[in-house]
Amino acid sequence: MQIPYTSTARPDTGLFNAKLGVWLFLASEVMLFGALFSSYVLLRVGASSWPHGYDLLNVPLATLNTVVLISSSVTMVMSWASLMMKEFKKYRLYMGGTILLALVFLVVKYIEYTAKFHHDIFPSTNTFYAIYFTLTGLHGLHVIGGIIVNAYFWGPGRKMWKTDPQRFTNRVEIAGLYWHFVDLVWIFLFPVLYLL
Amino acid sequence: MESMSVEQVKKSVRVYITVFVALMALTMVTVAVSTLHLSVVGAVSVALVIASIKASLVAGYFMHLISEKRVIYATLVLTGVFFLVLMFLPVSHYLDRIFG
Repeated sequence: MQIPYTSTARPDTGLFNAKLGVWLFLASEVMLFGALFSSYVLLRVGASSWPHGYDLLNVPLATLNTVVLISSSVTMVMSWASLMMKEFKKYRLYMGGTILLALVFLVVKYIEYTAKFHHDIFPSTNTFYAIYFTLTGLHGLHVIGGIIVNAYFWGPGRKMWKTDPQRFTNRVEIAGLYWHFVDLVWIFLFPVLYLL
Repeated sequence: MESMSVEQVKKSVRVYITVFVALMALTMVTVAVSTLHLSVVGAVSVALVIASIKASLVAGYFMHLISEKRVIYATLVLTGVFFLVLMFLPVSHYLDRIFG
């Protein structure tokens, strides 16, 4: 069976189907992270005292990771723009850059986590670390998910460019929507956990 | 997005670079402000305002929300309402002090 409206827009929504699908998925993701942010607020206002993130966590490393993730968002949107301009080599370069930056983000996160574990700091240490590890851990899983999808479009999935370039461009666009959402979540996680 | 010409995409690329610079600058501002050790209310307000501006830039330009179709706006408005309810639930007990 042929999946309808993968390349062209559906007349009533004005969108190709996968785009609306990804936006609905992102709406559910907003609620997932929203529930955890809501828990953070509840735990924080209910606590008799709450530590400053900058006293316990590594702000320079987190700032570096913010720069890395924002840069990866730019390379992601540039990879889509390259496809729109029919420059496939540039697409590969920018998508490859996005994947590399995402890996750098994970390495930095690994350094942060292991430093904490070496100091015997775990999610069970206290409420602050419980919410810190939960939020950054879930975000990290999303980064891994993004790497898998982007690596597929950089590698084996790129064959579609030859058979159906419009559909491939659409796929990269919606992979980008997800990736920018991952960046967006970090934009809030960074100040909330590290700077307050 | 589906019907953009090459010229329009080239224009967008310039916008993406500008947004990138703005995001970097705002990141530095939010880190710099955190070193001032403002009061909790001040620090939370500044951090959330800067984060919201950054999020708007990412959503507006990188996710193309600045020129999207109505069905996506409708979905996001509904999501936004439920998100706000979720965020205000933990502090809703303060209403008891006013109405209770």
